[in-house]
Amino acid sequence: MRGWLPIFKRELSGYFVTPVAYVFIVIFLALTGVFTFEIGSFYEQGQAELRTFFGFHPWLYLCLIPAVAMRLWAEERKGGTLELLMTLPVTRAGAVLGKYLAAWAFCGVALLLTIPMWITVNWLGDPDNGAIAAAYVGSFLLAGGFLAIGSAVSAGTRSQVIAFIVSVVLCFGFLLAGYGPVINFFTGWAPQSILEALASFSFLTRFDSIAKGVIDLRDLIFFGSLIAACLTINAALLDTGKGE
Amino acid sequence: MSEALIRLEKLTKRFGSGAGSILAVDGVTFQVSPGEVLGFLGPNGAGKSTTMKMVTGYLAPTSGKAVVCGHDVVEDPIAVKEKVGYLPEGAPAYPDMTPESFLRFVADVRRLKGEARRAAIDKAVARAQLQGVMRQPIDTLSKGFKRRVGLAQAILHEPPVLIMDEPTDGLDPNQKHEVRKLIREMAREGGRAIVLSTHILEEVEAVCTRAIVIARGKVVADGTPAELAGRSRYHNAVTITLIPPAGVMVFDELSRLPGVAGVEDGGAMQSADGVKVTCTVLPHKGREIAGQVGQFVRTKNWRMDLLRVEGGRLDDVFRDLTANKSKG
Repeated sequence: MRGWLPIFKRELSGYFVTPVAYVFIVIFLALTGVFTFEIGSFYEQGQAELRTFFGFHPWLYLCLIPAVAMRLWAEERKGGTLELLMTLPVTRAGAVLGKYLAAWAFCGVALLLTIPMWITVNWLGDPDNGAIAAAYVGSFLLAGGFLAIGSAVSAGTRSQVIAFIVSVVLCFGFLLAGYGPVINFFTGWAPQSILEALASFSFLTRFDSIAKGVIDLRDLIFFGSLIAACLTINAALLDTGKGE
Repeated sequence: MSEALIRLEKLTKRFGSGAGSILAVDGVTFQVSPGEVLGFLGPNGAGKSTTMKMVTGYLAPTSGKAVVCGHDVVEDPIAVKEKVGYLPEGAPAYPDMTPESFLRFVADVRRLKGEARRAAIDKAVARAQLQGVMRQPIDTLSKGFKRRVGLAQAILHEPPVLIMDEPTDGLDPNQKHEVRKLIREMAREGGRAIVLSTHILEEVEAVCTRAIVIARGKVVADGTPAELAGRSRYHNAVTITLIPPAGVMVFDELSRLPGVAGVEDGGAMQSADGVKVTCTVLPHKGREIAGQVGQFVRTKNWRMDLLRVEGGRLDDVFRDLTANKSKG
């Protein structure tokens, strides 16, 4: 883990010295607003809850999180700083974790800036605040899952565009595992047990259950182990393509 | 016994596997002791960078060993990285950071704290002369300043081993001079092993105490710059410029002198007093012919404008060593 803290600090402050952070946060907040109020008909429902607000998070994250993750390692590779970083006295685990946690913390900051929504529903009515808090946790975990996938993909390429596209596709697959297109692809030839295992990988199912206010230990373990697996792959991928 | 700060034993790197694989570094063995400034020479693609990347722990060797300050690079990479200051090729740095925040980051990673951290940064900044640009994004700095930021990063923790991959490549003559001055300062402090790769030969003569030539992944020469230059056919050759009377076959007469292997034409130029002829008289190996040539010209009463004894040309040796290898 050696070296993770300075890397974490450098990365996190790095978001805020460039326009990246501000653009991301503004777009994220604007889109959550548009989706919740315009498309989700927040007012017309006449209910003091944030189900519609959180309902759009997976789809927003599907585009935005890979955009945050794509530069994590592809940029280091392309700019040659990967060589600098990996010849400083840091372990690979420290470097991977530091960068990942900084990106996740950054997403957390964006998520926290939606707190005015929470205040609004409390002002308008009497929502189930426990469920909302759980949904925030679920949303944060979902972002972490997408981010881990994106980070691992980014480690395998020096092109940010490739990293972005591949991450979106992979995240989409995980989101919809257990749903229509993904299941249809496997039905007929894959055994039932595989189909069930696949369905259990669905981010959407797990996020929905957390968003209802039920934080199941199994969901926490799922996201935790998925993140750990992706970061392990991430670290291993750093060794590829160093030759040229 | 083990006094050397860097010890390479049959260090080998193969990229890829099977028929398409490339043997980039092929059994390189040498040691670098404290106080040495080693110039690592070779044509592009000879394996200089790959060797350095293995010593600094960025690339894993395919076989062989690299030991830095007693620590094996594969077994204890962190200990090695603590002892080494490394300037990768092109001096990469985070473009959005300022030199100030970048050096602070490196100091944090190197676990420098409080007063020690501040002193280390101040010293590195002073040495690399970065004072004026500390708050500018690295992205906006000139190439020379970027290189100095990379150097400041590499020397920040006063490393006993300093490794630089083409530290002056792409810089203008003034910037090159500054960087070389810094390298010499680092060397003067003593107790330090410095390795720099380059394909600029004057650089080796300017800063190095020892030179290793590598071609096709193998060490083909190892010695002081003077020793290497001594291998040149120009070693102890005599270059003269004179104005002989019309009709005299200067080259023929000179090449008949004992000890002379040949005469190379250095060009002729029309001047007010006649035709000025420049040529280089090459000796047989190990012979000194300067006195003889001078004596000969004087007895002939030819007017002589210049007589210079050549020390040997490093680029000539370099070409010999590396071109021969690439034929085989």
